[in-house]
Amino acid sequence: MLDPSGALWWPDRRVLVVSDLHLEKGSAAAVRGRPLPPYDSRATLERLTLLLRRYGPSRVIALGDTFHDDDGPARLAADDRARILRLAGQTAFVWVQGNHDPTPPDLPGDAVNEWVEDGIAFRHDGGVSTPEICGHCHPKAAIETRGKWVSRPCFVTDGRRLMLPAFGAYTGGLDARDRAIAQLFPRGMRVFLLGRDRLYSFPLSRARAAAI
Amino acid sequence: MGTLPERFAAWFAARGWSPRPHQLALIDAGEAGESVLLVAPTGGGKTLAGFLPSLIELAHTPRPGLHTLYVSPLKALAVDIARNLLAPAEEMGLDVTIETRSGDTPANRRARQREAPPNLLLTTPESLALLLSLPDAGKMFGSLACVVIDEVHALAGTKRGDQLALGLARLATLAPGARRVGLSATVAHPGPLRAYVAPTGRAEDAMLIETKGGAPPQVGMILPDGTLPWAGHMGLFSAPDIYARLRDARTTIVFVNTRAQAELVFDSLWRINDDNLPIAIHHGSLEVAQRRKVEAAMAEGKLRAVVATSSLDLGIDWAGVDQVIQVGAPKGVSRLLQRVGRANHRMDEASRAVLVPANRFEVLECEAAIEGVAAMELDGDPPRPGGLDVLAQHLLLTACAGPFMPDAMYAEVIRAAPYAALGRRDFDDTLRFVEDGGYALASYERWRRLFRDSEGRMHVVNTRVARQARMNLGTIVEAPLIKVRLARGPVLGEIEEYFVNMLVPGDTFMFAGRLLTFLGLRETWAEVRDGGSGTPKVPAYEGGRMPMTTNLADRVRAMLQDPARWHAFPAPVQEWLALQKSRSRLPGRRDLLVETFPRGGRWYLVAYCFEGRQAHQTLGMLMTRRLERFGFGPLGYVATDYVLACWCAHRPTDVARLFEQDMLGDDLEAWMAESSMLRRTFRHVAVIAGMVDRHRPGAERTRRQVTVNTDLIYDVLRKHEPDHILLRATRADAAGGLTDVGRIAGMLDRIGGRVTHMVLSRVSPLAVPVLLEIGRENIHAGAGEDDLLAETEALVAEAMGEADPPPAPPVPAPRPQPRPRRRPIQASLKL
Repeated sequence: MLDPSGALWWPDRRVLVVSDLHLEKGSAAAVRGRPLPPYDSRATLERLTLLLRRYGPSRVIALGDTFHDDDGPARLAADDRARILRLAGQTAFVWVQGNHDPTPPDLPGDAVNEWVEDGIAFRHDGGVSTPEICGHCHPKAAIETRGKWVSRPCFVTDGRRLMLPAFGAYTGGLDARDRAIAQLFPRGMRVFLLGRDRLYSFPLSRARAAAI
Repeated sequence: MGTLPERFAAWFAARGWSPRPHQLALIDAGEAGESVLLVAPTGGGKTLAGFLPSLIELAHTPRPGLHTLYVSPLKALAVDIARNLLAPAEEMGLDVTIETRSGDTPANRRARQREAPPNLLLTTPESLALLLSLPDAGKMFGSLACVVIDEVHALAGTKRGDQLALGLARLATLAPGARRVGLSATVAHPGPLRAYVAPTGRAEDAMLIETKGGAPPQVGMILPDGTLPWAGHMGLFSAPDIYARLRDARTTIVFVNTRAQAELVFDSLWRINDDNLPIAIHHGSLEVAQRRKVEAAMAEGKLRAVVATSSLDLGIDWAGVDQVIQVGAPKGVSRLLQRVGRANHRMDEASRAVLVPANRFEVLECEAAIEGVAAMELDGDPPRPGGLDVLAQHLLLTACAGPFMPDAMYAEVIRAAPYAALGRRDFDDTLRFVEDGGYALASYERWRRLFRDSEGRMHVVNTRVARQARMNLGTIVEAPLIKVRLARGPVLGEIEEYFVNMLVPGDTFMFAGRLLTFLGLRETWAEVRDGGSGTPKVPAYEGGRMPMTTNLADRVRAMLQDPARWHAFPAPVQEWLALQKSRSRLPGRRDLLVETFPRGGRWYLVAYCFEGRQAHQTLGMLMTRRLERFGFGPLGYVATDYVLACWCAHRPTDVARLFEQDMLGDDLEAWMAESSMLRRTFRHVAVIAGMVDRHRPGAERTRRQVTVNTDLIYDVLRKHEPDHILLRATRADAAGGLTDVGRIAGMLDRIGGRVTHMVLSRVSPLAVPVLLEIGRENIHAGAGEDDLLAETEALVAEAMGEADPPPAPPVPAPRPQPRPRRRPIQASLKL
């Protein structure tokens, strides 16, 4: 089940999947002299807490790029760290490694390169095998509606592979028609745009996808 | 009254000139060391007047080092003026060095200029800000005697103007004796400009020298043969009339209102250009080299006409231009005068211009503007306070030059007129933002940009911060742009990224006066080829259209009310108004006419506000909420410059209550919170203040966005620290810069509940134009983005033959779910 927050809920297994939290992206910018508001980790974790409260999962899989960089865990504010520990105390966490955070975080839970459950592979960067659930690309899509184009983060799928949108508060997106995403869905794709209370589904044809 | 030294008098005499009174007055002021605002119409020898006192002083006592700094909003103007000054300096045998400095100046010359500055340095606000951020700024500017600020009217009240004002305050600290000369075109209220020029920020400390124009400009109107269109604003049907006038004049500037209109008018003129007249196009998105080429050809008299946007409003004098044509509504008297002044740039000769209205309402507006020009009734906005984002940038750059004490810096900053009323709390919060972000959650101490020494002086922490600050310098924030480039050919210019995203390979669009076929997006540019078929799109740009000024709107209403004045209008317009009078009523000057009528199973509500399209769009948004609350079932609305039309499922009654002043209470709050306008404003503030990196055209577009989307930052910051200084700056900008809410408030205040409601059985003559806009303009339903998505989703599903849009699918099971193969999606749905 796809949640409008950008998470995937697998009721049979009671597994919640989120991708690309990019915690401490704000402070990563501050290190480089750009003082972004330091509230992104808090905002992201608050949204994650709500999901955990709603679904009560027995396992949470974070599909990589949980931290914006390898130093992220060290910069995490004390109360944000406490919040993660609290969540990890309630439910099992699987930290899949991403390209931004190749080193396993010093947090409770399993740190893995990829996770396989019921024959489905959960990995950060997709394209290895199917069936597969992946993140990494931060997909978004723009849809022409009456009067204006509406662009939102989205899930992308062709029935065999599912790509999750980024969950982090400061994470931007890459157009689903971009080759990096489209090549993973050679048979065309369906996108599910995140809405306020529900998802909006559209087919993106292969012809269009290849054209860009 | 002063006199010219002999050398100068002889030079004037040799040209058959005599110095104008204002030029002599400026020499007097220069000798007395007083600061001056010179207000004179174009062509009055204004620039020379500004430099004369400096030239005379340097002729009398030559000295090395910087004497006079000239700042102009246009780089090209600085270059042109340097050329115009070098000639007389040489002819009079003056021992004076004159140079320009801008981003284009070669590095070796820039280095030399810092070592041995010229006597006269001509530059832009941005280049000045950069010079002031260098550690040797004190040495370079210490000898400064005079600052000349050109086109003050175009700078004051803008963020570039704020930056320059802060730079001038800095110069006043580095060179306390330097006087200032402000040069301005005629304006409605010179007071704020005097304050801007004055070293103290107080109007009384800058002398005002005002020169009235010679002959008043002659402005006429041309109407097409046959019928007059009801709607549209491109004016293309008048192309034959415009073309006939081009043939009869030596050189013409054809002014239009938007870049899209420029492309279309240019295209229609070339379609009928049987004589192959050299006609060029000029607008702000074209490649700089291309624009310079057009300007040079213009100066050399090689062009018969150029179709231009406001990109030619300011700039170099072209003596050869003998005609100005304004296509589409002029929007304001001051703006029209500025444009008209581009023809016959000599003060004693009347400028000539013709207006080409694009529809019936524009006929009214053109006539009102002609009257306004005759009465010289200028439009003017009250000054707005200086931006805190600009202050943040300035403080960081100033620290790059050397440490400062906060108290002294505050005293310096409030001597700049835009910051005269700046409170200490706002100053301190801005400084804290520059230091370490200034967040309540003080977690960025470690990555601060400034530190305080034991005496309390602020230092920049390292050279990397300084380098980054200089990279980010400037107050112009462009929408993300993408270069347009011919395959294996030159760059033609830039278009907004969102427009490129709407194109698929094979689409055609009009740009740079060409029909182009989009080939695809390459690393950093959009590749195109010449030619193509199909209906071309035309790129539009953020904030392309200006609203009509309140003065002009007032004149239009006054004319409508007075049938005795209709004789000035063409017959179709007279008939149209007479018919309106008999079928309904004419909009009054002090009340608000609102018509309701049924049509095609809907009820229409048409309000004749005359407050400009942007204000009407805001009003439409607010009105939709109220119609909803009152239970009339609003379905959509459309706004023109003159009228707002809403349509509903049910018959609207009690219309006067809809327009009560409480409209600007809760509804406005609710609207503002969701408004994309605030997000856009925040983006500008965040870039200028140095919170995020500037988008650089041509910079490597990495796949995943490295830059952080400011909308996301805005949401997080608003939730967690709503009183942060940059959010305060954003709200102040939105309130000050956004005139539409102010105009709605003004309108509600003016009508004071006097709503004249006409219940009609069918559409009235005056309502026809706005109804024609439906379908032509974007229709803004009250719906939010989510509703639009839901509607489109249902539509696509229907077109694809799915009875219902599928619910969110289950987790893709290990067994792939077979999906029926479908034909590629319909071309009409751009997915």
